[in-house]
Amino acid sequence: MTQRREFLKHLGMLGAATGLSSLGLPVMAASKDPIKVGVLHSLSGTMAISETALKDVALMTFAEINASGGVLGRMIEPVVVDPASNWPLFAEKARQLISKDKVAVTFGCWTSVSRKSVLPVFEELNALLFYPVQYEGEELSQNVFYTGAAPNQQAIPALEYLLSADGGGAKRVFLLGTDYVYPRTTNKILRAFLKTKGFADKDIEEVYTPFGHSDYQTIVANIKKFAAGGPTCVVSTINGDSNVPFYKELGNAGLKAKDVPVVAFSVAEQELAGMDTKPLVGHLAAWNYFESVKSPANTKFVKMWKDYVKAKGLKDFPVTDDPMEATYVGIHMWAQAVKKAGTVDVDAVRKAMAGQTFAAPSGFTLTMDKTNHHLHKPVMIGEIRADGQFEVVWKTKEPVRAQPWSPYIPGNEKKQSL
Amino acid sequence: MRALRVIFYCCLLYALPAHALTQADLAPLVGDDFDAKLTLVDKLGESDDKAAKTVLQALSDGNLSASSSGQVVLSQGDTYVDAATGAPVTVNAADLQDVVVNNRMHRHLDSALAGLSLFDADAKIRLAAAQQLAGHADAEFLPVIVKAVKREQDPKIKKLLLQSQAMILLDSTDAAQRKEAAQILGGSDSPKVRASLAERIDKNAQGSAIETDPAVRQAIVKAIAKIDSSMAMAEYLARIFSGISLGSVLMLAALGLAITYGLMGVINMAHGEFLMIGAYATYAVQGVFRHFFPVQLDWYLPAALPVAFIVTFLVGVILERSVIRWLYGRPLESLLATWGLSLILIQAVRTIFGPQNVEVANPGWMSGGWEVIPNLILPYNRMVIIGFSLGVLLIVWLILTRTRLGLFVRGVTQNRKMADCLGVPTSRVDTLTFGFGAGIAGLGGVALSQIGNVGPELGQSYIVDSFMVVVLGGVGQLAGTVAGGFGLGIVNKFLEPWIGAVLAKIIVLIFIIAFIQKRPQGMFAMKGRTVDN
Repeated sequence: MTQRREFLKHLGMLGAATGLSSLGLPVMAASKDPIKVGVLHSLSGTMAISETALKDVALMTFAEINASGGVLGRMIEPVVVDPASNWPLFAEKARQLISKDKVAVTFGCWTSVSRKSVLPVFEELNALLFYPVQYEGEELSQNVFYTGAAPNQQAIPALEYLLSADGGGAKRVFLLGTDYVYPRTTNKILRAFLKTKGFADKDIEEVYTPFGHSDYQTIVANIKKFAAGGPTCVVSTINGDSNVPFYKELGNAGLKAKDVPVVAFSVAEQELAGMDTKPLVGHLAAWNYFESVKSPANTKFVKMWKDYVKAKGLKDFPVTDDPMEATYVGIHMWAQAVKKAGTVDVDAVRKAMAGQTFAAPSGFTLTMDKTNHHLHKPVMIGEIRADGQFEVVWKTKEPVRAQPWSPYIPGNEKKQSL
Repeated sequence: MRALRVIFYCCLLYALPAHALTQADLAPLVGDDFDAKLTLVDKLGESDDKAAKTVLQALSDGNLSASSSGQVVLSQGDTYVDAATGAPVTVNAADLQDVVVNNRMHRHLDSALAGLSLFDADAKIRLAAAQQLAGHADAEFLPVIVKAVKREQDPKIKKLLLQSQAMILLDSTDAAQRKEAAQILGGSDSPKVRASLAERIDKNAQGSAIETDPAVRQAIVKAIAKIDSSMAMAEYLARIFSGISLGSVLMLAALGLAITYGLMGVINMAHGEFLMIGAYATYAVQGVFRHFFPVQLDWYLPAALPVAFIVTFLVGVILERSVIRWLYGRPLESLLATWGLSLILIQAVRTIFGPQNVEVANPGWMSGGWEVIPNLILPYNRMVIIGFSLGVLLIVWLILTRTRLGLFVRGVTQNRKMADCLGVPTSRVDTLTFGFGAGIAGLGGVALSQIGNVGPELGQSYIVDSFMVVVLGGVGQLAGTVAGGFGLGIVNKFLEPWIGAVLAKIIVLIFIIAFIQKRPQGMFAMKGRTVDN
C-alpha cells in the first residue's frame, strides 16, 4: 500500500509541477503594476475539504479590496498554487511563489506539518506568511503572522469553561485525539494546566486513535466507564473525518451532551455541513468566531460570502467559519499595513503590522500584538444546534493576548516574544 | 451541608408565589445570568402550576424566545403564545432571540421535569423520570422521592426510586440508615453508584475516610463487590459485541473483493470506490426521499439497497467490459489499471458531488440503542449492520453454490479452458461476476454510510482493510473472508482496551504479516490445481 501512496505522490507532484510552470510570469517593477500575492492551500487530496474554502475566501477578499481601489493604487493579483495535501510539495510551492512569482505575501497552510515544512523557506528568503488556523503554539517566526488561535485562545478557555459550574463542573477530563503533533502538544498543555487546578493523574485520561479511525466502540465504552467516577468532560482533538463515527457512537451508547459534554477544537460550520448533526446537538466547540455571531461586520462578511458563493457557483461551501474569518482578517490587516508602510517591502510591512487593528466579523476589534505576531482574539464557546450552526453560550469580555509559548510547558518562561 | 440545602429548598417551596405564573417571574430567562436562570428553574420545578411544567418543557426543548422588550414567548410552529399565561401573542419573529440554555441548566431541567413526572399516570413516564433521578438525585429531591416511593406500585420503578433515596441517605447522620442504604445500593448496577460508594471508603491524604462506622464500611465494601461483578460481565459482553460488529463491517467491506479478487484474481484497487459509489447512491436516494416522500424519509435505506446494487453493478460491468477484461492473468497491469480507475472514479464523484463530505442521516429506527442488561447498550445501527452483513453473506453464498451462474463462476475460475470447451460463455460470466462483486461492494457502501463519513475518499480508508481480510482468510474462499473479517474484528477489540487503538492496529498488522509468512495461502486454502498456476 505504501508503494501505491508513494507512486501517487510522485504522480501528483509531476502533474502539479507541469501545470504550474505556465503560471510563472515575468516580473516587472513599475509601481502601477498589480501586487502579486500567493495563495498556498491544498485544492486536492485529503486537506482539500478544509482548505479549498480558504482559497475562495481569500479570492473574495482580494476582489473586495480591489473593488475599493486596491492597495497603494495597485490592484492585488492572486497567484493560486495547489500543494495537493503533500507536505514536501508545500515547501516547493512556497519557494516557487517567493522566488519565481515574486509575491509580496503568501496566505496559506492549514495543518501544522505543512506550516513546519514551509517555515524554513520563508525564513531563508525573508518572505511573509499569514497562517489562519488554530494551532498548538510552540513556534514564533519573524516571517509568519498567526491569525488563528494559540492554545490559550482556544483550548485553555474551553477547558476552564467546562470546569466552571456553567459548563458542568467537570471533575474528570478525557483527552481524546488523533495521533499527531497538534493533539499531542495541546493535550500536554492541557494536562499541565489541569495539574495546576489540582487534578490528579487518575482523573485525566489521554487516548489517541490512528488517522481515519472509524470504530469508536471501545473508546466510547471507556468514556462511559470513566465518566462514572464523577462529572466528566471530553476534550476532542480528533481531526475532521473521524468526528462523525465518534459522535454517532456516543449518541447511540446513550451518552448525552448534558451528561458528558464533548468540546471539539476541529469541528466548525464547514465540517458540520457534511455531517448528520442530530447526534452532535448540545456538544460544544471552542473558536474565536461563529457564523451565528451577531455584529454588523459579520452580517456584512456573511452576506459577502453568500453572494460570492452564489456568483461563483460554489455550492459546496455555503457557510463561514473561524479559519475563513481569520483569513479575511489577515488579508485586511496586511492591506492596512501595506498602506501604512507605503510599500510592499517585507521588513517595512512587518514593522507596520505591529499594533494594526481591524473590526473583525467576530464583533470585536482585533489587534495584532506588537511583539509576538499573534492576534488578540476573543474566545467563544458554542453549542452545536441541529441546523449546523452554533449557539454561543459563553465568550470572553475582551480579546485575549496570545501566548504562543505556553506557560504550562516547562522551559517556555523566557520565550514570550520575538 | 446537604441537610441545610434541603431546608433551604423547603423554604423556597413555601416562598413560591401563590399567584399564577406571570411574565415578571420569567424575567431572569432573558439575558446571560445563568445563576438567576437556574434558581428560576429549580423554583418552577417545585411548583404545582401546570404552566410551570410547560415552561420547563419548552426550555428543555429549546422552544422559548424573548422579544426585545423582554417578553418571553413560546413558539408553537409558526405561532407564538405568552409563556406565562399561554395566551396567543403576535410578535415579529425576526426580533426574537432564543433563550440560551447551557448544559448545567439542561441537567437541572431534566431533574426538575423528572420530579414533576414522578406522579404521572403513565408508568413509562414515571420510569423515565425515576431513571433520570437515579443519575442526578440531589438532596432536595428527598421529600419528593419519599412521597413517590410510598405511592409507587410498579416494582421496577420502586426499586429505582429506593436506590435514589438510598443515594441521598448515604449522607444521613444515622449509621443504621447509612448501612441500610449501602445494602440497597448493592442491588444497583450503575457505575455512578459504585463511584460514590467508593468515594466514601477511600482514604484521603490524612489517612481517614468519610465513612467511619465499621459496620457501614463493611456493607459498602460488599455492595461494591456486587456491583463490580455485574459490571464486569456487561463489559465482557460489550467487548464481544463490538468485536463482532467491527468484524461484520470488515466482512461487508471485503465481501465484494472476495469475489473480484478472491474468485476472479483481479487485484482490484478500485474496490474501495465501489463502496464509495454505494454510499453516494444512498445519499442520492436520501435526497430523492427528502424531496418527494418526506413522510417516508425513515425508510429511504431499504430503497437505497437495490439502487446501490444496480448502480455499482453497472459501473462494475462497464469497467470490466472496457478495461479489465483485457488484463486477465496480468496481475501487475490490472493493479495499475484498477488503481488508475479508482482515481478517475474519485475525481468523477468529486466533480459531481463536490469535495466536501455529504450528510447521510441515520433513520430514526437506527438511532439509539437497546439496553440488554444494565451497562450493556447495543446500538441499533450496529445490530442492523450485523444482521445485514449476514444476509448479504447468505445471498452471496446461495448465488455461488445454488445457482447456474454460481456454477459457471466456479467453473470458470477453477479451469477457464475446460469451462470454455464445455460451452460456458466465459467472457459473459466474467462480466457478470465482476459486476456482481461490484454490486455487493455497493451494498457494503450502504452500510458504511450509516457508521461513518460519506466523501469521495471513503473507499481509500477501507481498501487496505479489505485486502487484509481477504488475504488473511484465504483467497478464493468465502469462509475465509468471514473468518478473516470476524477474527480481525474480535482480536482488534480485545487488544484495544488493553494497549490502545494505535498499538492495536500495529500489532494486528504485524500478526498478519507473520501469519502470511508462515501460511501464504491464508487461513482457508483453496483445494485444487488452480493454486499452482
